[in-house]
Amino acid sequence: MTRVNVSLLVLIACVAALPLFGGAYALRLGTIACMYSILALSWNVVGGFAGYPSFATAAFFGFGAYATGVLMNDGLPLWLSVVIAAAAALLLAALLGAVLLRLRGHYFAIASLSLVEVLRELVNNATDLTGGGMGLNIPLVAGSSVMSDATFFFYAMWGLFLATALMVMAVASSKLGFGLACIRQNETASSMVGLNTTFYKSLAFGLSACFVSAAGGVYAACVHYIDPSDVFDILYSVKPIVMALMGGLGSPLGVACGAFLYLGLEEVVWRNYVQIHTGVLGLLIVMLLLFLPHGLISLRPGRFRRRAKHV
Amino acid sequence: MHAAQILINALVLGCLYACIAIGFSLVWGVLNVINLIHGSFIVLGAYLAFALYYLLHLSPWYAVVVAAPLFFVLGYLLQRLILNRVITAPVLVTLTLTFGLDLILNNAMIYFFRADYRKLTLAPPLGSISILGVVVPVDRLIATASALALTGILYLLLRRSRVGRAIVAVRLDRDAAVLMGVDVKSIYAIAFGLGAALAGCAGVVMALIFPISPLTSSGYLGKAFVVCVLGGLGSVSGALAGGLLLALVAGVGSTFFGPSHATTLSFVLLIIFLILRPQGLLGRKGFE
Repeated sequence: MTRVNVSLLVLIACVAALPLFGGAYALRLGTIACMYSILALSWNVVGGFAGYPSFATAAFFGFGAYATGVLMNDGLPLWLSVVIAAAAALLLAALLGAVLLRLRGHYFAIASLSLVEVLRELVNNATDLTGGGMGLNIPLVAGSSVMSDATFFFYAMWGLFLATALMVMAVASSKLGFGLACIRQNETASSMVGLNTTFYKSLAFGLSACFVSAAGGVYAACVHYIDPSDVFDILYSVKPIVMALMGGLGSPLGVACGAFLYLGLEEVVWRNYVQIHTGVLGLLIVMLLLFLPHGLISLRPGRFRRRAKHV
Repeated sequence: MHAAQILINALVLGCLYACIAIGFSLVWGVLNVINLIHGSFIVLGAYLAFALYYLLHLSPWYAVVVAAPLFFVLGYLLQRLILNRVITAPVLVTLTLTFGLDLILNNAMIYFFRADYRKLTLAPPLGSISILGVVVPVDRLIATASALALTGILYLLLRRSRVGRAIVAVRLDRDAAVLMGVDVKSIYAIAFGLGAALAGCAGVVMALIFPISPLTSSGYLGKAFVVCVLGGLGSVSGALAGGLLLALVAGVGSTFFGPSHATTLSFVLLIIFLILRPQGLLGRKGFE
């Protein structure tokens, strides 16, 4: 257990104390903060460890939301629906990954982007099952009062956040993490020395999709109504990347901090400049990439080095 | 007769798709950057045509002449000032950067022009012609002709002009081009400017047919993706072939499965092509 991992666990424990201090608004923010951290940490497994530019986060987020919604409408309890959605996403992503992860660079990026489009269109057209463009209503679960509802979903999302962080730490310290780092550095060479790259990449893709899908399921139960353009929003693919870049690629603590910071900025911008908030988000992305390409973690004293990136 | 109509529709739509995609394909091929602002540039071009028609009563034919230099300068500056700083960075960085720029441009358009759908309607409508029972609206015919003309101009430019040959050289082998005395930085900027100019012109052409709104930009971008992958990167003929194939598949698909499945079908086709033939219909292997 390294110092960085311990600090991440301490951070998560601090977040758990939120209901003691805040009202419903703080709880909602906390829930979203946990959700963003789950998305960013999961993305980090594929994008940070293995170095594959995946834009498929929104696809599995929407998949989880819809799978949970449909199952809950069939009368299954929330926890079971989320577990089934997560397991289904793990399988689906591992199978898709075995095919899609053969592509590299731009081609993989495009393929993962179009995965979002394909799933959105499928859900849009399967009106009998998903309600199509009309969206899907999801039955209430906790339901006695606003506060208890908010507390319940906060802890549900927090639990997932903890599970995701543990998964990421386990991956990072295991043979899988080492293999993914090899793949990032030189895939051909690592397959030459006998690493089963397809299996490693598919497993990473599956694990990442699994937690994203569970987060989507809890989100759907929390907001009680989903529609395809909401949960399959391409922004759900891009935001985790921005958070990870903001915090520093590959470092779980950095990524989680990036998610919190991002949410803070988003909330401030959203509250003050509703009409131009996506533009401000764009500006933030551009500034970040131009002036702080290695994330906040590179600002640590002593490790701060300025180097020209462009040649 | 039914089949002939589907074929003609696909032909018309295919040329329009090619026109949407050539600028995108040029930038991807030469700069190795997936330019996500492309869709918004097209919409901006459409707004330019709209504004010129209703404010200055200039017909869209002149709008093309105005749009080309304007968008070229815009694209040139954008590449020189912003994109050039990260041009050697991994795909994740360039892709996210252009996404950020797209958010800014798209939000600015929603802010200034509103998200309402507008339509450029020519004052005396052009009507449609019918040959042997196959009906083609005249405005679509003209748009197709302009799309083909734009594609032809780019082809000639790349083939015949000094700058065009330099662009092709950089595309084939950047380092060798440097050794031959090509100024790669300025070629990058020119190629991006050309891509933007083509997007602007494509926007003017699209304004004749499709409704105009900032919300349509992602649709154009998606089409550009699919056409590029189907046809092969960076070549004019590849974009044409990809556009025609996409239009044919979308047309036949919507006839048999219903129009709501046409988009799904085109993206499934995209993924199949990426896996089985990533170099596209006309591309050469190892050329990307």
